[in-house]
Amino acid sequence: MKIAVCIKQVPDTTDVKIDPKTNTLVREGVASITNPFDEYAVEEALLIREKYGGEVHVISMGPPQAIEVLKNALAVGSDKVYLVSDRAFAGADTLATAYALSKTLQTIGEVDLVICGKQAIDGDTAQVGPGIATRLGMPQLTYVSKIKEINLEKKKIVVERLLEYGREVVESSLPALLTVVKDINEPRLPSLLGIKKAAKAQIPTLTSKDIGADENKIGLKGSPTWVMRVFSPEARGGSGEVLKGELTEVIPLLVNKLMDTKFIK
Amino acid sequence: MARLLIDKDACTGCESCVPSCPFGALSMKEGIAVVDEKCTFCGACVDVCPVTAITLEKEEKAVTIDITAYKDVWIFIEHEFGKVGSVSFELLGEGRKLANAIGCKLCGMLFGDKEAVDKFAKEVIAYGAEKVYVMESPLLKEYRTDPYAKAAIDLIRKYKPEIVLFGATTQGRDFAGTVATTIEAGLTADCTGLDIDPETKYLKQTRPAFGGNIMATILDYPNYRPQMSTVRPKVFAMPSKDDTRKGEIIRETLQMTEDQIRTKVLEFIKGTETVNLADAEIIVSGGRGVGGPEGFKPVRELAEVLGAAVGSSRAAVDSGWIPYEHQVGQTGRTVRPKIYIACGISGSIQHQAGMKTSDIIVAINKDPEAPIFKIATYGIVGDLFTVVPLLAQEFKKRLGR
Repeated sequence: MKIAVCIKQVPDTTDVKIDPKTNTLVREGVASITNPFDEYAVEEALLIREKYGGEVHVISMGPPQAIEVLKNALAVGSDKVYLVSDRAFAGADTLATAYALSKTLQTIGEVDLVICGKQAIDGDTAQVGPGIATRLGMPQLTYVSKIKEINLEKKKIVVERLLEYGREVVESSLPALLTVVKDINEPRLPSLLGIKKAAKAQIPTLTSKDIGADENKIGLKGSPTWVMRVFSPEARGGSGEVLKGELTEVIPLLVNKLMDTKFIK
Repeated sequence: MARLLIDKDACTGCESCVPSCPFGALSMKEGIAVVDEKCTFCGACVDVCPVTAITLEKEEKAVTIDITAYKDVWIFIEHEFGKVGSVSFELLGEGRKLANAIGCKLCGMLFGDKEAVDKFAKEVIAYGAEKVYVMESPLLKEYRTDPYAKAAIDLIRKYKPEIVLFGATTQGRDFAGTVATTIEAGLTADCTGLDIDPETKYLKQTRPAFGGNIMATILDYPNYRPQMSTVRPKVFAMPSKDDTRKGEIIRETLQMTEDQIRTKVLEFIKGTETVNLADAEIIVSGGRGVGGPEGFKPVRELAEVLGAAVGSSRAAVDSGWIPYEHQVGQTGRTVRPKIYIACGISGSIQHQAGMKTSDIIVAINKDPEAPIFKIATYGIVGDLFTVVPLLAQEFKKRLGR
C-alpha cells in the first residue's frame, strides 16, 4: 500500500517570545522544526507500512531550507521524499496551499492513504487537510486518534476520531485522507544509520511546472484571503492584586473576595 | 506577483523592520534591509519603517464576480446529542451585530433529521435569525462530512450569502474546510474577532497566529465570496433568547443518497469527563508546577468543593500527567469561565490565549515573576501543595460542605 504524508517546517512557536519593550516577536534563536502533529503523521505511516507493507512517500512545500524536515523524515525510515518549492507559491493561503499539495500528490502517483497532522502550530488552521481531500475527491477523516482496521481487499478503513465529547468510530472507503492527533502514537527517533543515509540523500525538488499547477490557483494569486494587519495581542488588564501576608490571613481573604462575586454556589 | 520593495537609498539601516516581521523574512545585508522568500506580503514591516523605505506592491485583482449578488450573514447551526452547540448561539449574537453593520439579514443554516430540525429551527429564530435555511433528511441525522458539505454547498450556491460563520469546533473545522475548497472561497480559521469595515462593508477577521504570539486581521479579496470564518467557542457572549421572535423557514431537499456517502459512523464512545470544560462556570487548572499525575490531586479536590471542571496547561498534558481533553490554551480549549484558578501554571502566551477572557483569574505560583500574575485578578505567591488544600478547606467551611 502506498501512503503519502504531508509535512511542514514551522518555527517552534513554544519558543517564540514577545519583546516587552518593542512589543514585537523575538525570533532570534527560534528553531525551525517539523510541525509536531506531522511527526505523528509520519510515524503512523511507518507503523502502517510495518503492518501492511508498502511505501511511505513524504512531501513538504516550503522554501529550500524545508529540506531539513524531509531529511528527518528519511532518517526515521520514509522511502521517498519530495520538496515542493517555487517562488510562485509565496503568499499562499490555505486554499492555494491545499491546491498545490493536491497537485503534488497527483504527480507522485496514486496513493491509498494520505496522512497529515491535524494542524500546523504556526498557523493552527486545520484547513489544509480537508482542502487536499476535497481537491483529490477523497473522503476525509480528521482528528484521528487510532486506526482500528485497514482492509485492503475491501478498500475500507476504520478509525477512531477524537472529538470534544468523546471518540467517534468511523468506517470509510479507501483511498482516504487522515489528519492525526497527538494521542495516536509515539514518534520514533532516527537511527544513526538513518541520519547518515539522509545526510547523503539527494532530495528532488518539484516546481509549480513539475506539478502542472494552474498559475492562477497558486501563491498569492490563488489565495482568496490576505493579511491586512499583524499586531501583538492585547494584554489583559488584570488588576494583578497579589495578596501578601501569612497564609492564615491570605486564604480567608481570597475566599471572601471570591464568595463576594456570587459565582460560587 | 506581489512584491515587497525596499528602497536602498532611503533605507538608513536602522533595523526597525527586522524584528517586526512575524515570519523572520527580513535581515540586514551590508547595512541595508533585505527580504527573503519567507515573506508573505503581510505588510507588518511597512508601517514600522521610520523613513518609509518599504512599500508593498500588491497585484490588483480584477473583480470578476458580481459582489452585489451576495447578501446576508449565515450561521451554521451545529448540533450533537440533541442539543445545539452553544457556539452557534454565540455566533447568532455576533452575527446580529455584523448584519446590522452591513444592513442585511441574519440567517441560520440548519441540517438534521425531522426531530432535530423541528426542534432547533424555532430556537435559531428565538436567538435572532430572521431566516433559517433548512435541509431535513435521515441522512443528516448526525454530522458526516459528505452529506453536510453537499447540503451547504448547494444552499450557498443557490442563495449566495455574503458571510458564512462556523464554530471552530471539530465539526465546524472539518466541515468548513471542505465547503470553502469546493466553492473556492476564502476561509479564515479560529477567529477571535469579527468586524465590518465601515466603508467597504467587508468582513475583517482577526485571529491569533504563531501559537497566539501575534494577532492577524484577515480580509477576503472582493472576487471571492462568500467570506467564511470559523470562530472560537466562548469568545463571544451568549445573546438573549426571545421566543416571541418570528422568522421564515426555507426548506430545500438534500440531493444525495446513502450510497454516495463514503463514511459511516459505527459507534460513539463518550468521554469520561463529568464536567465539561467549555461550559464550566469555574475551572481549576494545574500546570507544570503540579510535578506529576498525582500532583493533580489537590487541584481535583478544590474543583470538587467548588463544583468546578479540571483544566490543565499544555506542559502537564505533554508530560502525560492528564489527558488532552483537559488542555486549555491555543492548541487546547478556549474557556471563558466566571472564575479560573491557575495552580502552578506559569501563564505562557499559548495558555493565556485559551483563558484570558475569564471574568476572574486567580493565580497560585511559587515564582513571583511568573507571567500569570500579570493577568491575574488575584494572586498568591506560594507552593500550590500548601495553598490549594488550604483553599479547599476554607471553601468547604464556608459552603458547609
